[in-house]
Parts: sequence; C-alpha cells; structure tokens
Amino acid sequence: MLEIKNLHASVEEKEILRGINLKVNAGEVHAIMGPNGSGKSTLANVLAGRPEYSVTGGEIMYEGKDLLQMAPEIRAREGVFLAFQYPVELPGVNNTTFLRTALNEARKHRNEPEVSAGAFLAMLKKKMQLVEMPDTLLSRAVNEGFSGGEKKRNEILQMAVLEPKLAILDETDSGLDIDALRIVASGVNKLRSTDNAIIVVTHYQRLLNYIVPDFVHVLYKGKIVKSGTKELALELEEKGYDWVKDETLTAA
Amino acid sequence: MSNSDLTVEKLANEQYKYGFVTEIDTDKIPKGLNEDVIRLISSKKNEPAWMTEWRLKAYRHWLTMKEPHWSNVNYPAIDYQDIIYYSAPKKKPTLNSLDEADPELVKAFEKLGIPIEEQKRLAGVAVDAVFDSVSVATTFKEKLSELGIIFCSMSEALQKYPDLVRKYLGSVVPYTDNFFASLNSAVFSDGSFAYIPKGVRCPMELSTYFRINASETGQFERTLIVAEEGAYVSYLEGCTAPIRDTNQLHAAVVELVALDNSEIKYSTVQNWYPGDKDGKGGIYNFVTKRGACRGVNSKISWTQVETGSAITWKYPSCILQGDNSVGEFYSVAMTNNLQQADTGTKMIHIGRNTRSTIISKGISAGRSNNSYRGQVRITKKAENARNYSQCDSLLIGDKCGAHTFPYLETNNPTAQVEHEATTSKIGADQIFYLNQRGISTEDAVRLIVNGYCKEVFKQLPMEFAVEATRLLSLSLEGSVG
Repeated sequence: MLEIKNLHASVEEKEILRGINLKVNAGEVHAIMGPNGSGKSTLANVLAGRPEYSVTGGEIMYEGKDLLQMAPEIRAREGVFLAFQYPVELPGVNNTTFLRTALNEARKHRNEPEVSAGAFLAMLKKKMQLVEMPDTLLSRAVNEGFSGGEKKRNEILQMAVLEPKLAILDETDSGLDIDALRIVASGVNKLRSTDNAIIVVTHYQRLLNYIVPDFVHVLYKGKIVKSGTKELALELEEKGYDWVKDETLTAA
Repeated sequence: MSNSDLTVEKLANEQYKYGFVTEIDTDKIPKGLNEDVIRLISSKKNEPAWMTEWRLKAYRHWLTMKEPHWSNVNYPAIDYQDIIYYSAPKKKPTLNSLDEADPELVKAFEKLGIPIEEQKRLAGVAVDAVFDSVSVATTFKEKLSELGIIFCSMSEALQKYPDLVRKYLGSVVPYTDNFFASLNSAVFSDGSFAYIPKGVRCPMELSTYFRINASETGQFERTLIVAEEGAYVSYLEGCTAPIRDTNQLHAAVVELVALDNSEIKYSTVQNWYPGDKDGKGGIYNFVTKRGACRGVNSKISWTQVETGSAITWKYPSCILQGDNSVGEFYSVAMTNNLQQADTGTKMIHIGRNTRSTIISKGISAGRSNNSYRGQVRITKKAENARNYSQCDSLLIGDKCGAHTFPYLETNNPTAQVEHEATTSKIGADQIFYLNQRGISTEDAVRLIVNGYCKEVFKQLPMEFAVEATRLLSLSLEGSVG
C-alpha cells in the first residue's frame, strides 16, 4: 500500500528526514517511535502533504501512485488520513457540516453519490458510539472549546466517518488521561481491518498496550535505525532511547 | 508563496460578473449641478412645487457644507460638476408590469441573476427595480394594494401620495443632515416608497434592485418606508453596477419610520462594482440610512452584507424614541484588493427600556482596509437602556487592515452597555487541516468565512442568504496569504 524510499525532507532549510525507507501493507499496523526531535511528526506531516515541509529527495508510492505529486486534499480523498497531534479549532464551522463535507468530497472523488443529510446523521450516530462522543459536540463548531481529550476523540470520529485506507495517528496519546486513552485506542482497534493500514506515531510505549502493532520502527536523527515486532517497543520502554542512540553510535 | 496561497490567488482573479453594460437609450441631462439642473430634474418628474422648493433648499444648504473626511478612507477629490445627475431609460414612462419594460432592460436584469419573473412566481417577492435613476417596474402592486400596502417608486409616490411623502420625507434624515444627504435631497431621482397601514403584516418580502448603468452618472436614490401602528414589513435591496474604470458616486438616503408596535426589517446585499485589483474604478458608496422607532414597542432591524464598492461609508442607525423600542444591526462587511470600508451603526437610546444589539463582522483580505465605527448613545431619560455590541474582525493575509472605533456615551446610570471585540486570522494550519480532510483551499476559506458570518446570515431571508453566501465566495478571491 505504501512504500517510502530514501525519503529526505526539511523544514525551513533544516534537514529532518535523512533517508527513510518503509513499506506498509494493507492490514498492518506500524508503530513509529523515537526520542523527541527524531523526525516522527515530520514523517507524519510529509505523508499528509503539509506545505511547510519540503521533500528534498526520495519517493513515496501509495497504491501504486506517486503520493508526492498529489495535493493534500487529493491525498485525503485517496484515503490518506492524518489524526493531528494538535487539532485546530475552526470557530463557526459546524462539526456535522464539516464532517459531511469531508465525506462527500471523498465520495465525489470516487464517483459515488453524495450522502444526504438524513442518511449521514444516522451513520454519524453509530460512529459516535465508537469513541463515546456525546451528541452535544456535533452541534458545536469544530474543536472550538473542546478539551484535549475531546479533540483527540473528534479526530478518531473523523477517521471512523472517512474510513481511510491509510491512517496516520500523530501522537494521538499525548495529553490523554488513561480513560480517554482507552476510549480512543478501542475506537482505533474497531477500525482495524485487513483492507486498511495504520501508522501510529508515538513517543511512549503506553499506547501500544492498547493498539498492538505488527511492526515497530525506531526513528533517530531522521532515519529508521531499528525495526522489529511489538517486543521492540517493550525493550525500548525498559532500556530507554539511549540504548538505541548508543547502538547507533557504535554502528557508526 | 505556498501552494494553497496560489490556489486562492487564482480563485481571486475571477471576474466581477455583473460588469456588463446594457445598451439602452437613456434620457440624460448634461453634466454638472446648479439650481437649473435641480429644477429640470424636478420638472422631468412632474413634481409638486413644495418638492422642488425642498430640493432647492437642500441644494443651497449643501453649498454651505464641506465634504466630510473624518472616516478612515482615502480617495481623490470628487468633482461634483463632472457628474450627470439624471439618467433614465428612455422607453419609459410608468410601467404596470415588466412586460412593458424595454426588452434590453429585462435582459439586463436576467444577466444580473435577478430572475424577476422567477421571483414573482416562486418566492412571491414584490420587486421594484431601479435602473440608473428611474424605477422600472414594481411587481405585485395590485396584490399589495388589496391590503392597503403601498409599494412603488418614489416618483410615483410623489404623484399619487404626495401628502404621505410630504409628511415623512426628511423627517428622519433632514436635508441638512450631512453633506451627502443634502446632496441626495437636492438631486435624488428615484427610489422606493413603502407604506404599511395600521395592523397590516406585509405578506411578502418587498424588494428593490438598484443598478447603475450609464457612465459618469451618480445614483442618488431615496427610499422611505413607513410602518403604521402594529404593521410589519421586511424589505430587501440588492445593488450592482457595470465595470468602469472611473469612479462613480452613489449617495443614497434611506429613511424608516416605525410607529407603535410596528416592525421594519431592512436587509441589504450590496455588490456595487468594487474596482479592479489595482483599485481602478469602482463605486463610492456614501450612504445615509436611518430608522426612527417613534412608537412604543417598535422595532427596526438592519441587516447588511457589504461586499462591493471601492469605498463604503455607511452607518445604518436607529433612533429609539418609543419606550421599549428595539434596534438591531447585523453586518458583514467584506473588503478585498484595495477596497475600503468604514461602516457601522448608531444606536441612540431616548425612550425607556430601549434595547439595541450590534453584531458586526468585518472581513479584510488583499490590501484592503475595513473599519467598524459605531456609536451607542444613552440619553438622560433613557431609563434601563441596554446595548450589546459584538465587533469581530477576520483578517485574510497580512497586507490588509482591520480597525474598530466604538463610541460609547452613557448619560443614565441605569444603562447596561456591553462591548466585545475580537480579531482573528484564517491560519495556514486551519487551511491545511481542512485540506487534510479532502476539502480544497477555496472551499476551506468559504467554510471558515461562512461559519464566521453565520450569525448575520441567519437574519437574512432564505433566498438572500444564499445570494449573500455566493457573493461572499466571489469576493473572497485571492485572499489567503
């Protein structure tokens, strides 16, 4: 589904990603871990096409197409979804209207008919149960005045509505208490299927107790320095990131 | 410049679609202004002598005045002798229906996207169309007259109901009021007149479309609406003008009179030609609009969506004389490119328990300047007056300006006055967030702006709200930066 080859990317002339290689197949969950500043969020944002990040080398193939050639909204309509680390507030923009607009953009892209307001609302009610979201948040403006936990839940609700092929969760666990974490993670687990893939970007192993990955990659100084299965996350938790740093130094 | 900026830039360069000129024979008088010109206008319109006199008094007073320059706008000096003060489609005179109008004119209205016929059928809107200076057709007149409602052009009202006009004309905005109101009083050529008799609730929206067509003409329309005791009326006006590279002056006066227990709702969607990207051409929209809540429990509500004009300079106001009377002002003012707007309201509380609400939403894009200027005055006798003002500014890009000038004057200790103001910006992160959900940049800007204006749009009648939303998207062009 996704193949990243020798990806280099920079922000404001500063190189952050220095040759990432990663292959993700349908049905897989990959965790990207790493110390602060290792480039985890940069990778997530580059995949989504954030304009502030420029790709300076390498390629990303998604479903056989060149992802880097697509505008951010096209990537989204093609099924790439980013759950934001810091979801923005959109004052005055009604949450339901926003969700329906987003869904219909994707449906139009796939030459499917738009969903009527009534049908959409019925579907939305079901999806909301996934993340235990109260109805009141629907009539409010997108993320406006939402608590940190509500914002993250709203991200997963959007994921549930849009049913992306490739979902990237950027530090979805940050700022969540244990109950909210459990709700969000169980929402994500219910969305796992053999047809889609999920990339979980996280600093802590904690989230991976709930969303169990098939593969774990450790990112350090813009490169994947270690890959393994879920046990790698536990090892990291135990030994800390210094272990990877030391190993990298030794290898170099 | 990022990709998203470029997309919006492209969107921005969409043309002003109302910029066509209609080729119809017009009856124009030579440029310039003097007493003879005023007499000529008055005689062309076959006006009663008192009207001619009133115009002349206004003109003489105007000569003693200086053009005001206190507003936060800049423009070169206007040569008042270089303007044509009267231009009318030749194939007139009074028309009973649109069918009798010049076919070119009807075509022009169709081009404007004002399907008058359609509106008649579907919406039941009574429309008066003022083309250049003369009112062309007032539809639905008969249906209204069964209820005793008068809705016609000002010229016709002066012929048929001179006493009514004489009683109220200038009673809210006297001819001495201000420079542009005095000029209007001297030279106004047409406009709309609506009179709702006692206890009558007007069953349909009354609507006027104004169009400046001929070059070098000014448009000086005069509108007067009177709601008798217990009456209700909702009035809509829309405005467009062709693309011309010279500036044209539009100096209108609107007067509203609400008597005991009556209500007037006045909605404007203003889309005069704003000038091009570099600020060439466009309409100078210098307008005086004022309503008097004369009676107890009366209510006047102004809603305006201002997207056009090179310069907008207007303050639809309410004089709350009657006890328990209510004044409202809901405004969206959008400026792009080099447009300038200085707009707001005045709420003058005189009666007891009077209430006023001001909701102003300014949107500045391009290199434009957008100012809110509002006055809330609570006079000594206005016991328990209340006012709530909310003035929000939205900036798109970093070359535009937003300013707020609130003036508060409270002379009664029982008054409660609240003022809130916010300034926000459409951020690149908001756009990207929406992009990431599959929404294009132009739609993202629209979603955000429409969300921002929602409070005002919901005050508009349905079909006008749709029109306003569409116009706003058009004017948003070239914005995010």
